[in-house]
Amino acid sequence: MSEVPLNIQKRRTVLDFIIQQPLGFIGLIMIIIMFTAAIFAPHVAPFNPEDVDFEASPALGGGQPSWEHLLGADAFGRDILSRLIYGARTALSIGFLSAMLGCTVGAIIGTTSAFYGGKVDLLIQRFIDLMLSFPIVVLAIVVIAIFPKTVVVGIDINVIIAIAIPFTPKVARVIRAQALTIVTLPYIDAAKASGYSASRIIFRHILPNVSAPFLIMLTAFIGQAILLEASLSYLGLGVVEPTPSWGLMLSGVNSDYYRTAAWMIIYPGLAVSIAVFSFNLLGDSLRDWLDPKLKL
Amino acid sequence: MLKYAIKRILLMIPTLLAVAVLVFLVLRVVPGDIVELKLTAEGGEVSLEQIEAEKTRLGLNDPLHIQFIKYMSGLPRGDLGISLWTEEPVSEEIFARIGLSFELALLSTFLAVIIAFPLGTLSALFRGTFIDYVIRIITIGGIAVPSFWLGMLLIMLVLSFGKLPPLGTVSLFVDPLTNFNQMIWPAISVGYRYTSVVSRMLRSSILEVLSEDYIRTARAKGLYEKIVIVKHGMRNALLPTITVIGLEFAFLLGGLVVTESVFNLNGIGKLFVDSVVRNDLNLLQGLVLTVATSFVVINLIIDLFYAALDPRIRYQS
Repeated sequence: MSEVPLNIQKRRTVLDFIIQQPLGFIGLIMIIIMFTAAIFAPHVAPFNPEDVDFEASPALGGGQPSWEHLLGADAFGRDILSRLIYGARTALSIGFLSAMLGCTVGAIIGTTSAFYGGKVDLLIQRFIDLMLSFPIVVLAIVVIAIFPKTVVVGIDINVIIAIAIPFTPKVARVIRAQALTIVTLPYIDAAKASGYSASRIIFRHILPNVSAPFLIMLTAFIGQAILLEASLSYLGLGVVEPTPSWGLMLSGVNSDYYRTAAWMIIYPGLAVSIAVFSFNLLGDSLRDWLDPKLKL
Repeated sequence: MLKYAIKRILLMIPTLLAVAVLVFLVLRVVPGDIVELKLTAEGGEVSLEQIEAEKTRLGLNDPLHIQFIKYMSGLPRGDLGISLWTEEPVSEEIFARIGLSFELALLSTFLAVIIAFPLGTLSALFRGTFIDYVIRIITIGGIAVPSFWLGMLLIMLVLSFGKLPPLGTVSLFVDPLTNFNQMIWPAISVGYRYTSVVSRMLRSSILEVLSEDYIRTARAKGLYEKIVIVKHGMRNALLPTITVIGLEFAFLLGGLVVTESVFNLNGIGKLFVDSVVRNDLNLLQGLVLTVATSFVVINLIIDLFYAALDPRIRYQS
């Protein structure tokens, strides 16, 4: 009799991830750098982001990138690099919180829908289909119109909710598909037979087993959330002055500056792109690594 | 096929009704008050009586169920009420601007399709090579770069090489060249993301199809590689790609909302932002309904297209 190889999966380490997914690792490094800069912003940034210095304003012909202002200064003579570093706080906190909120609520809805099945499932699915028939930006703007502006400890709660809501149905749909295969497994029957409550089974037995797709989607949606925050702020519907925000730095850019102060336009957009790009790289690699067949 | 089509068309009605009811209910909780905003914009002091009188005139003081009946009974006639800001019919406001957005959407779809097909195919066929890596980085970039920023960069580029086309929009039928000049830049800035999404989808579906058994069979029986890829591979990889093209087209409004602001185009994206800023509920309601309807209709077209291409789908349902 030939020897049957035991199919024991080797425990994969972080080092394996770095070797097998170099692009994802690069993304991870960039994200860590951004987080560090955001947390230690007062120590890293050369200027106070709200310091106005009209002599350095491009309106008066100044503000070019120089040793003093590495990336130049904006129309009020505020240092762009410092505003970008402080803007990372806004982008990352709103990005992380809204993606976390959207993914958590979506995961709970998805697993609940799969667990109960039948009419409950059908109803939830119909509702999700309905929500999915709107572009993300459109849904976010409608939510912005509904919720009054609320700022708690410097964070715009209404913007976070507006970004989280469009993500929820997408997450719920993917998680439900995953959970549907889990609810048929014997250990769920065992849990039911033990008399555990539905919420205990959902939270303790199903949710931990969908953590791979959860993590993948969380990473991807943080990137999307940063992009969405920038778009909303650009339109004047997101974060408002004087909070430094990348999208806000681009909004209301006078057409004069297109010709005279290109740095005011180039760097904030570059910051958004690099941040979203890093999260996308990491998200893509996490998917290849954890669950290559997952369709988002 | 006809039976399938009729069934699918009838299924649209409950979906649209549900959207209409939901939109109505959700927008009634909006806190802001357009009347005050409007009257103060006209200047001078505004008394409480004036606000109330204006509200009554616009029908905002009617009980909710009366408003609901008015709204629902108007829908089958295409009557979406009047804009609270301009007091023109909402349907006319939308109709006047939808052409521009539609043209922009078509142009960027066209760009996306002609660029994404070679990119996606090359990326799949040269998987793991330098070409694949370059294309993948370009397409991941397309999902990361904000379309409004790309638009601004394009404006800068045009400015440094020549002159921007005149502001406002010239109709395609009056002066096609100026129109093209005005539309191509916004189309590129929305189209980059679109191209990336389609190209990534095409790449992954070609790779999936090429690993199927029937491809191995085709190769084993000695078919030319070209025929294997084009006739057996591409044809099957096309189905999911068409879905993505259709869905992205339906979702293009999302990109247009921001891009139209950058290029100062008077399409429905800009109208949408204006309606939120002004708290114009009737207009917002009409726009959301328009978006949902176009999504449902495009979905229907995709499904019918699918059924026509793939007999399995017709027989299943």
